[in-house]
Amino acid sequence: MSELSLIRDRGTPWLRYISLGLVALVMLYPMLWLIGASFKSNSEIFTEAGFWPSRFDFGAYAKGWKTSTEYTFATYFLNSFLIAIPRIIVTVISCTLVAYAFARFEFWGKKTLFSIMIGTMMLPLIVLRLPQYLVFREIGWLDSYLPLIIPSAFATDTFFVFLLVQFLRGIPRDMEEAAQIDGCNAWQLLWHIIVPMLKPAIISVIVFQFIWTMNDFMGPLIYLASVEKYPVSLALKMSIGATEEVEWANVIAISVVALIPSVAVFFMAQKHFIEGATSSGVKG
Amino acid sequence: MARVSLNKIEKVYPNGFKAVHGVDLEVRDGEFMVFVGPSGCAKSTLLRMIAGLESISGGELRIGDKRVNELAPKQRGIAMVFQNYALYPHMKVYENLAFGLKLAGTPKDELDQRVRHAAKLLEMEHLLDRYPKQLSGGQAQRVAVGRAIVKKPEVFLFDEPLSNLDAKLRANMRVRLTELHRTLRESGQPATTIYVTHDQVEAMTMGERICVLKEGVIQQVDTPTALYERPANAFVASFIGSPEMNIHEARLVAQGAGLAVDLGGASLPLPEVKVAKLKGKAGSIKFGLRPEHVTSLPRPGSTEVQSSVRFMEHMGSEVFVHFDIGNVPMSARIPSDQLGDLAGKTRGAPHSFWLQLNQAHVFDAEHGANLLL
Repeated sequence: MSELSLIRDRGTPWLRYISLGLVALVMLYPMLWLIGASFKSNSEIFTEAGFWPSRFDFGAYAKGWKTSTEYTFATYFLNSFLIAIPRIIVTVISCTLVAYAFARFEFWGKKTLFSIMIGTMMLPLIVLRLPQYLVFREIGWLDSYLPLIIPSAFATDTFFVFLLVQFLRGIPRDMEEAAQIDGCNAWQLLWHIIVPMLKPAIISVIVFQFIWTMNDFMGPLIYLASVEKYPVSLALKMSIGATEEVEWANVIAISVVALIPSVAVFFMAQKHFIEGATSSGVKG
Repeated sequence: MARVSLNKIEKVYPNGFKAVHGVDLEVRDGEFMVFVGPSGCAKSTLLRMIAGLESISGGELRIGDKRVNELAPKQRGIAMVFQNYALYPHMKVYENLAFGLKLAGTPKDELDQRVRHAAKLLEMEHLLDRYPKQLSGGQAQRVAVGRAIVKKPEVFLFDEPLSNLDAKLRANMRVRLTELHRTLRESGQPATTIYVTHDQVEAMTMGERICVLKEGVIQQVDTPTALYERPANAFVASFIGSPEMNIHEARLVAQGAGLAVDLGGASLPLPEVKVAKLKGKAGSIKFGLRPEHVTSLPRPGSTEVQSSVRFMEHMGSEVFVHFDIGNVPMSARIPSDQLGDLAGKTRGAPHSFWLQLNQAHVFDAEHGANLLL
């Protein structure tokens, strides 16, 4: 440790920061360009390489927001939240329960079931689309949000189950045993002890599921037919194809707006991410 | 009444491994019982079986007059303190102490009074508003003990509670825990305690009775003094006491009307009392003598033996001397002011040590049983 910090101290900090800054700039440039381009006209977008616009005109934001349909983007954002929020809730509940079972209980066929579950992570999602579509058509759920939400209630987001199981395995059982002696049953144990300790991992699940659901294009495209039910991802695509000549600034302006919720959620959860990464939540 | 009775208790794991072999033990009401043994002797398993965290494969466990084999931990009237404290990290100290009572539906006033009483008893009232991560090791351990006390259990279970603390704090906590036990008992509260440790110093200083375990079998249950003076077998003799007892293979030979031990070529005549107990046994044995029963200066009733000095460890008030009798390595624990001319001796120098053979032990060469009991 001390040797490491010595090595660190010997370097020139400004050189490190400049090189890190440069790399960060390269990574962030498309984002900066996107924001800059939302103020530009079509001709400026295609002729100027720089991201700084010649004028700041928020007109594109207003026009983009209105859309060429009868609905504004407010409707589409609301739709996105109507999908994302219930989906996050059922994901967290189902994945926590399944992870708790896999990490803490002994039952017949546990290892096989866990391997099968991990196996489904390797499966390309696209192969499930057709059978799932047929199932939901039979049930009569097409053109509703149910096909986008309900599967998550059965812990089908196996990556999250895996994430939570791994996190739980890292937590010693002593606290649960202490709670058992204190009088907790399995449910109280889950609610009072496991869930609070899993908080950093659960927040990761929330953030990932929010961002992935907001960005999901294929799911809504397949299941939703009515424009009034479209989420942001579909509405953005629609605004490109709606008129013959695309006003790119409008599309870009709305893209920028569409990024805001995901970025906001990430920054709100950032503190807990760091907490989860630096302390495992227990002292050995 | 909170005695704990173990009757032919067994533990067999699903893979067929038998960890506990029919343990019979009675922990008396209010007693401080220590389970001690090397790692893997199943002392923690036994404790966890009493706690209800581990299932019982065979036999009967009673707490008080109730059979508890099938009862959940919370129904057994026990509280347990874990090695790594096991405090709930997301709760403040107060909530950690109150959690069990809250689950049991204790009225708020009583809960608060009990938490504050325990905090006062353990001098940690100023810690109630802190989170576990803001506590030092010693403080965290006190909170863990407090969590057990507030529950007013019939039986306290401690699973190596001091092994994560540094030596100084450990000594300090040892005294505190012993005092706490006596305070509880004297105030008429249930105080039956089972304490698991691998540290024989903890066992000797804290336990009213000690249960020495080896590979899931009880070797001896007795008071610290009895274990020290009258070990049931060579294992107990070597496990209890520091530095370890000198135990070496030797031969018992007739010498006149009596018996002598042939150790590394030296003939050590046994006192009459011991000869009488050995009832004419002869041949291979294990000879045991504690290092403190070897002196550098002559003492009445001790036997002189020629040997060569190997090295000395100076501990301040005393010196651990390592020497050889023939080719048998021995150790002695001699007060610094009684070294005599040993002080200036170099490695390999000859020296006469005096063995107090009236304190010697003779064990069976094969099974290790103490032949003098």
